[in-house]
Amino acid sequence: MAKLLSHWPYLLILVLMALGLYGVLSKHNLMKKVIGLNIFQSSIILFFISISAKWGATVPVIDPELDATDPSLYANPLPHVLMLTAIVVMVATLGVALSIIVLIYRRYHSLDEREILERMRQE
Amino acid sequence: MKPVMVIVTLMFAGVMSYLMMSLPPFGDPSAPANQHISPYYIENTIEDTDTPNIVTSILADYRGYDTFGETLVIFTAGLGCFLLLRRHSDGKTIR
Amino acid sequence: MEKRYGNLIVELACQLIAPFILLFGLYVIFHGHHSPGGGFQGGAILAAMAILLRLSLGMELTSRIFSPRLMPAFAAAGLLIFAGVGVAAIFGGGNFLDYGAIPVQGVSEPSLHHNGILLAELGIALSVFGVMLSIFDTLIRDK
Repeated sequence: MAKLLSHWPYLLILVLMALGLYGVLSKHNLMKKVIGLNIFQSSIILFFISISAKWGATVPVIDPELDATDPSLYANPLPHVLMLTAIVVMVATLGVALSIIVLIYRRYHSLDEREILERMRQE
Repeated sequence: MKPVMVIVTLMFAGVMSYLMMSLPPFGDPSAPANQHISPYYIENTIEDTDTPNIVTSILADYRGYDTFGETLVIFTAGLGCFLLLRRHSDGKTIR
Repeated sequence: MEKRYGNLIVELACQLIAPFILLFGLYVIFHGHHSPGGGFQGGAILAAMAILLRLSLGMELTSRIFSPRLMPAFAAAGLLIFAGVGVAAIFGGGNFLDYGAIPVQGVSEPSLHHNGILLAELGIALSVFGVMLSIFDTLIRDK
């Protein structure tokens, strides 16, 4: 129970992660699979951001009036940097996924996984 | 098929919540992730780069090589999207 | 999305708000040293502005400002600016992307780092803007 009090943000992230995994596994529409993949990715981004939090710390921008460089005053900037690039890469790879889906639809006239497999066997 | 997927997801959630217990508490300043190298960045960003925003100074200076690679990745993704869906001069597309 | 939206209120509202989004995007890029912001965020805001105009005014009008042919070139130009700052440091005797070694007379090393970061962020913003808009263009052009 004490663990629950100190770890509750990770639990919420775990719920999001399980939702994304369920979407990827159980949905047959390729579009919904991509949405599930994005939910999974968002949960990982939230996990990294929650790692960087410190109680009593502020945003990682050094205040010139304060002029203090005590590491316990500023949130950990490193996960922020990694996730900043990861978000943009996520959008770009989403674009690639969508264009591949467009190509699949042009060829098989369906987005349902089972129908696509059926038509691939017929060819 | 769906009940199997529900069971797989629940097993995944169970394993992950067991592993979650070994993480440091949320917001702990003495967690390993906050101790390794990030204090160096916070303490030295002003004298090294004259930039108060630590995220910017790590992004473009301390870890510029990484950011260059990421920019190359998004450029390649955009180019791949462009080439997959382009129309040739004779009106044909990839099928 | 190839055509105009066709509603006067929507079109006017989007035209009115677009310059402010542009200004805010430039602020986020150039003030990224002193406040939360930087190249990735600013480039995404600029791309959002262009996509808003594309959605409301249609391709025909907006392709005069942001031509779909130019967007991959924008992305490549941004990447080349970033790489150029890195290679300039090699000419000054440092490592790749070691801004302190860029050969400019009479500028202290932290200041060199400061301006090198600004150029790198500018390149990143241009690249993100070009990539986002070219992805949007290729996805809506499908017929």
